[in-house]
Amino acid sequence: MKKLSARRRHPLAAVVVLLLALAATGGLYAAFAPAGKAQADDSAQSLTIQEGKKLYEVGCASCHGTGGQGSSDGPSLVGVGAAAVDFQVGTGRMPAATSQGAQVPRKKVVYNQTQIDQLAAYIASLGAGPNVPTKDQYGPGGADIAKGGELFRTNCAQCHNFTGKGGALTKGKFAPTLEGVDPKHIYEAMQTGPQNMPSFPDTTLSSKNKKDIIAYLHAVDSSDTTNPGGLELGGLGPVSEGLFAWIFGLGALIAVAVWVAARTAKAKKS
Amino acid sequence: MSSQDIPEENLPAEQDHARGAVGVADEVNPFADPGLPPHEHRIQDIDERAAKRSERAVALLFTVSMLATVGFIVSYVAIPHDKSIFVFPIGHLSALNFALGLTLGAALFCIGAGAVHWARTLMSDVEVADERHPIEAAPDVRAKVHADFRQGAAESVLGRRKLIRNTMFGALALVPLSGVMLLRDLGPLPGTSLRHTMWAKGKRLVNTNTNLPLRPEDVAVGSLTFAKPDGLEETSEDFQTEIAKAALMIVRLQPGNIKDKRELDWSHEGIVAFSKICTHVGCPISLYEQQTHHVLCPCHQSTFDLSDGARVIFGPAGHALPQLRIGVDSEGYLQALGDFEEPVGPAFWERG
Amino acid sequence: MSTAANETPRSRGKAPAGERIADWADGRLGIYSLAKSNMRKIFPDHWSFMLGEVCMYSFIIIILTGVYLTLFFHPSMNEVEYHGSYVPLQGQLMSEAFSSTLHISFDVRGGLLMRQIHHWAALIFLAGMFVHMMRVFFTGAFRKPREINWLFGFLLFVLGMFTGFTGYSLPDDLLSGTGVRFMEGAILSVPIVGTYLSFFLFGGQFPGHDFVARFYSIHILLLPGIMLGLMVGHLILVFYHKHTQFAGPGKSNKNVVGMPLLPVYMAKAGGFFFLVFGVIAAIAAVAQINPIWAMGPYRPDQVSTGAQPDWYMGFSEGLIRFMPGWEINFWGHTLVLGVFIPLVIFPLVLVAIAVYPFIESWVTGDKREHHILDRPRNAPTRTGLGVAWMTLYLTLLVGGGNDLWATHFHLSINAVTWFVRIAFFVGPVIAFLVTKRICLGLQRRDRDKVLHGRETGIIKRLPHGEFIEVHEPLSQEQLHTLTAHHQYEPAEIGPTVDENGVERKVPASEKLRVKLSSAYYGEDNQIPKPTVDEYKEITSGHGHH
Repeated sequence: MKKLSARRRHPLAAVVVLLLALAATGGLYAAFAPAGKAQADDSAQSLTIQEGKKLYEVGCASCHGTGGQGSSDGPSLVGVGAAAVDFQVGTGRMPAATSQGAQVPRKKVVYNQTQIDQLAAYIASLGAGPNVPTKDQYGPGGADIAKGGELFRTNCAQCHNFTGKGGALTKGKFAPTLEGVDPKHIYEAMQTGPQNMPSFPDTTLSSKNKKDIIAYLHAVDSSDTTNPGGLELGGLGPVSEGLFAWIFGLGALIAVAVWVAARTAKAKKS
Repeated sequence: MSSQDIPEENLPAEQDHARGAVGVADEVNPFADPGLPPHEHRIQDIDERAAKRSERAVALLFTVSMLATVGFIVSYVAIPHDKSIFVFPIGHLSALNFALGLTLGAALFCIGAGAVHWARTLMSDVEVADERHPIEAAPDVRAKVHADFRQGAAESVLGRRKLIRNTMFGALALVPLSGVMLLRDLGPLPGTSLRHTMWAKGKRLVNTNTNLPLRPEDVAVGSLTFAKPDGLEETSEDFQTEIAKAALMIVRLQPGNIKDKRELDWSHEGIVAFSKICTHVGCPISLYEQQTHHVLCPCHQSTFDLSDGARVIFGPAGHALPQLRIGVDSEGYLQALGDFEEPVGPAFWERG
Repeated sequence: MSTAANETPRSRGKAPAGERIADWADGRLGIYSLAKSNMRKIFPDHWSFMLGEVCMYSFIIIILTGVYLTLFFHPSMNEVEYHGSYVPLQGQLMSEAFSSTLHISFDVRGGLLMRQIHHWAALIFLAGMFVHMMRVFFTGAFRKPREINWLFGFLLFVLGMFTGFTGYSLPDDLLSGTGVRFMEGAILSVPIVGTYLSFFLFGGQFPGHDFVARFYSIHILLLPGIMLGLMVGHLILVFYHKHTQFAGPGKSNKNVVGMPLLPVYMAKAGGFFFLVFGVIAAIAAVAQINPIWAMGPYRPDQVSTGAQPDWYMGFSEGLIRFMPGWEINFWGHTLVLGVFIPLVIFPLVLVAIAVYPFIESWVTGDKREHHILDRPRNAPTRTGLGVAWMTLYLTLLVGGGNDLWATHFHLSINAVTWFVRIAFFVGPVIAFLVTKRICLGLQRRDRDKVLHGRETGIIKRLPHGEFIEVHEPLSQEQLHTLTAHHQYEPAEIGPTVDENGVERKVPASEKLRVKLSSAYYGEDNQIPKPTVDEYKEITSGHGHH
């Protein structure tokens, strides 16, 4: 029951519906046609799942097992949900390199979004899990930035730093920087808790809370964030400030002192 | 100005040789101090045109300073305080801060640069030797001071009138005590306040994010939740002081993964509630790694194992994080079954 | 400033205004006798002698900007709701201290600039004091008669650290609040009285409602007041002792060679103030420091990773981070060694460098005045010890930023911490040995230079086919400069029998002194400088190449 409703809410369904319905009756009507949606769901969705299964068997099964049950090389994917797949594959973390360090880092994305959606649909079919969020959920509309800041400092800053610059965890693991991360992926990370990050399900950090956090991050940690005082120095706090003061502050002053104390050029007598 | 700053290292060296050949006889002491080298003239000393150039450079620097000050005033008046501009390679910054800082910096720097350039090129650069005199006094002065002191001491009769001396020392020693006493009201005595938090039997665990009481089903395995005691609001008078002790970190483990028996007993269906305050020096510790069940303190890297009674596995903390015993009340909400059994936060002498 | 002095006295008639004012002041203040000895005071030229000025000027800049900041800052911990111009904090609850700092940063024109100059100048002030102190250390400028001034300088550095720390805590932001929380934990660890001290400092439980106001009066009044006094004393002593100088032709222990205060140093030093101010203002224009708005208001249940103090407190952070978590419980009491040991080592690290001049003067037993600076190589043991101390300090700084080392160099934080634990003990020893070797090598090179001349890099082929490098003899100036330093003889234990032939008990302190002395000045611990005889023998023996 839960599984069914989850599948119906899947954003991919909407995409498929949109395509089919556009051909049939025109876009506007299709978007508001729940009846058609249910119908289209079955065939298109199963097709997507089939495609996803094929991709899975080629790219993922060696570690996660043929049915997603997991193996010694990779965890079980039953019940992780489409959101987890969209995050892991969409940020390039999956497929992981065969020999990995303390944790799997973000890297170049291997699959295109359609393939990711197909993989996600397949994994979602193995067991219920969080869905890929919609733009409404992570978009900036109606977000409270200040509340997001407070929530960020309570829930996220301990690992990701005040403004999402990242930080160290035990034994070489680390919380990555959040700058330049797609809001959708931030949302999915909170939902699913990738790797060692704990999850923040809607029951403890509501959907609105997540939206606020994403809006806050956009305000303080994006390429067009204003740092009124000038150079951000990595946003790392006193360590980088201290280095800057020593190298550029004291360095410049010593250079000036050398000039002040140096002897003036002497004239050659001719 | 740079054209005059060419270091001409060769010149003094050449002269040294010249003088070495003529100079002090080797027979006496080849290491002897040859005395100050003769003064050499700068370009400005012999070429009035060069001196004029220096003068103009100094005047130019002072003029730039004046212009920069005008620029400062104009910026102050003209630039709105919330205007943001993009400056390569710095990024987006406050236009006002940037303009004020640079104009002020230029105004000050040019005054300094002008003065120094003036001193270096136009003021006399003849090196002068100043005699030093011994710091300590001559023997006769020393003798005089000692004698004076002895006379003064004798005249004070302090040595003979022991009663005066002793009571005076006593009075002087006691009088600062008043000052020490006055410090008493800086704060209340600790009493048992460090041993108690707001938690008590029946207090519900309220989600810090949503401000709603938590139910067991809200807390998923692998998730991280922060809670505060029911009734503690951000607007409360003592919110900061209370949350500094009562802040809670809640995670759910598979009951089978809990190694510590007491931890299991004090949990509810695998949900465990630990103090968020590090037992080292009190940072809110919450870098929870959901796969290893370790929490790391961001301040000093104490690491605790939440699956094993939150014992310390790395870092400077001296003891495990205190656990709060929890259960479920009649309406199905998570509640505390009492206060923490030991003081939360950093250890202290009376902690025991 | 210089008009009065440059004015040549005019023939009779009315004296110029400047002169009349000076006469007036002299009649009341006696300024002429002061000016007589100081107006043409000589200062030697060397860039490293200006490091102290960097400190003094940044201190003045800090005072100027600090006074400005007090006009707008509210040292209060009352909770208020923010409604200023910084959007991401709109409607948040925060202390008045934090909201007034936001007000200074966003709503007072030039307020952010003043804040940034204040903070950058503070970092540079302490960095300057550190380098200045090291300059004095490595050149032996702390020797008699300057030991007291060394202590004044040291106290300025330590007080500067605490003034900085209290100032950093005032905005009551999440980063500094975390630092204050650490301070509370450290105070709590003090045996017996710790809990009471903490309650008295914070006016009760942490964080309470008092510490910002209390830190405020400490930060703006108590500590800077003491520092100002010390700085004036420091300067008076510099004037009184006259500046030290490096050895060189015409420079002796009995003179000081340089330029007069009026006009050259008036212009150079006065100009340098503006240069320092200008550089710091420009830095404050382009580089952001302590963006408290990004950190948010302090809440004891919130924290950010990368929580570090300003750099000058970094070594104490390193101490606390690498310490194992030792804790002893007995008879209902807790001895928090994991925190208390670092708290004790913290002042010891500083005291170690502060007392060094007294130890060295005890070892040498030298009671003379020293005005000629040592080149670091000519005091190998001292230089070695100094570098060992700096290595310890730097190791602790690395430890204080272990998380950033881990993330930026892709290391494990546990490995970095273990590295610091080991390097804390091993690093200084290695640094000492290596530095001393380098110093001895340099001494040997100086000796060769004096005896055999400078290597010219010109290769000459002799008639019988041998290749030699042409060595050029040094000038007398250079010979003098390279041989001007004094070399101590290692101390020996005095006669073990007194004048009556009775055996004397040699005190342990004397034995220790002799041991140390041979470690400083023994055969393998310094290279004897060339003597005149050696020089003559070589130069007359087989002549110049």
